[in-house]
Amino acid sequence: MSRRTRLVLGLGSLAGLGALLVWAVGGLPAFGHPRGPYADLAPRIMLDERHVANAVTGITFDLRGFDTLGEELILFVAALGAAVLLRALRTEGTIKAAAAYEERRGPGTADALRALGAVLVGPTLLLGIYVVVHGALTPGGGFQGGVLLAGALLLVYAAGQVAAVERVRPVSLVEVADALGAAAYTLVALAGLVFGVAVMDNVLPYGTTGSLLSGGTVPVLSVAVGVEVTAGVTLILSEFVDQMLLRSRRED
Amino acid sequence: MTALQTVCLLAVAVAGTATVLTRDPLRQAVASGSLGLALSVLFLAFGAPDVALSQIVVAGVAVPVMVLLALAKIRTVDRAAARDDAEEQ
Amino acid sequence: MLAYLVAVWLLLAGLYGVITSRHLVHLVLCLGVMQASTYVLLLAIGWRDGGAAPIYADIPPNTPVVDPVVQALTLTDVVVEATVVAVLLALTVQAHKRFGTSDPDALGALRG
Repeated sequence: MSRRTRLVLGLGSLAGLGALLVWAVGGLPAFGHPRGPYADLAPRIMLDERHVANAVTGITFDLRGFDTLGEELILFVAALGAAVLLRALRTEGTIKAAAAYEERRGPGTADALRALGAVLVGPTLLLGIYVVVHGALTPGGGFQGGVLLAGALLLVYAAGQVAAVERVRPVSLVEVADALGAAAYTLVALAGLVFGVAVMDNVLPYGTTGSLLSGGTVPVLSVAVGVEVTAGVTLILSEFVDQMLLRSRRED
Repeated sequence: MTALQTVCLLAVAVAGTATVLTRDPLRQAVASGSLGLALSVLFLAFGAPDVALSQIVVAGVAVPVMVLLALAKIRTVDRAAARDDAEEQ
Repeated sequence: MLAYLVAVWLLLAGLYGVITSRHLVHLVLCLGVMQASTYVLLLAIGWRDGGAAPIYADIPPNTPVVDPVVQALTLTDVVVEATVVAVLLALTVQAHKRFGTSDPDALGALRG
């Protein structure tokens, strides 16, 4: 099938799909008036019963916690898949040699960038931990804070400290942390069985709204997801960075 | 529908179209970054600060880095292949 | 209504980009545009006129809020789809290394 034929067929079917979709969204409830009792009940349950101020995080880790378990495992498997695919392109010894070569050659980045990176790593780490732990109180939670923490590692790389990146993430440590996070979430989910209630039930005491330990299992699950997302995203980014290390070795 | 939401929606539509129509992957990474920014402002306008926070960290930190590193790796592979071809001849 | 139409437009534009793509990384970023359309649709469904953000830290408990359930679905989605993009980019790098090209048309024939 030639490119031209494919283009004509594609545009035709896109037009058909577009017409069907516009017809479909025309039948949705009017914009601004969500229908259905779930939207009204869910934040009330979160606030009154579970004492969670941030209704969205409460729903993510409590009312719809089972969906989040699935999503977290998708992330785990995706990190695994990216690592397997990229590791096929290198061996362990070449990475150490490339990092040592990079260290000997000296950083090629500008002084301003290195200074900025060094200054920002600490506050980024602190901000990431804050966002993870305060998931139940303010906008935040495990997912956002986890990516922020992985971003702190990226700052180290951008500041030119490639060898420091290698020391700071012995790969087995990152993999162990990834597995621990995923396992912790599953164990807390199964803890319901130990306590004699349904799986994924909120079994810890609820505390008072606004305090750090409110919401029962919600902050615990938020921290578990934070650990797992940090480790997973760090694994993916470091695999991509390793490919860049090999690159700079070959350029000369 | 507030005025802010209308403006944000139009900005997202324009940014999305620009991302699709930019053929060169390197320039497209920049357009994709602008789409991410427009989306995060849109999410704030829709009263979703959690989602906006997610979108900012992901579209600002994670995705552009991966795209640029993948493109650099592809360029390296091309250059090495060209060098090998030149050596053979 | 404009929000739903923008979501439909983004989906169609992304799909057009995927169909007519000439470079695998361009294809992955167009997939990202399609992902954006789902986020816009989900959040547009949950919007309530005059509603506040569903964080009760500083508003009285009886204020009408927007629907937090769709926000919960969207926020996990955003992070997870970024890792799926990572897998696709890793596949792109592998494919380029193996076949020497990133053109989806040239990669069509599967060789054993």
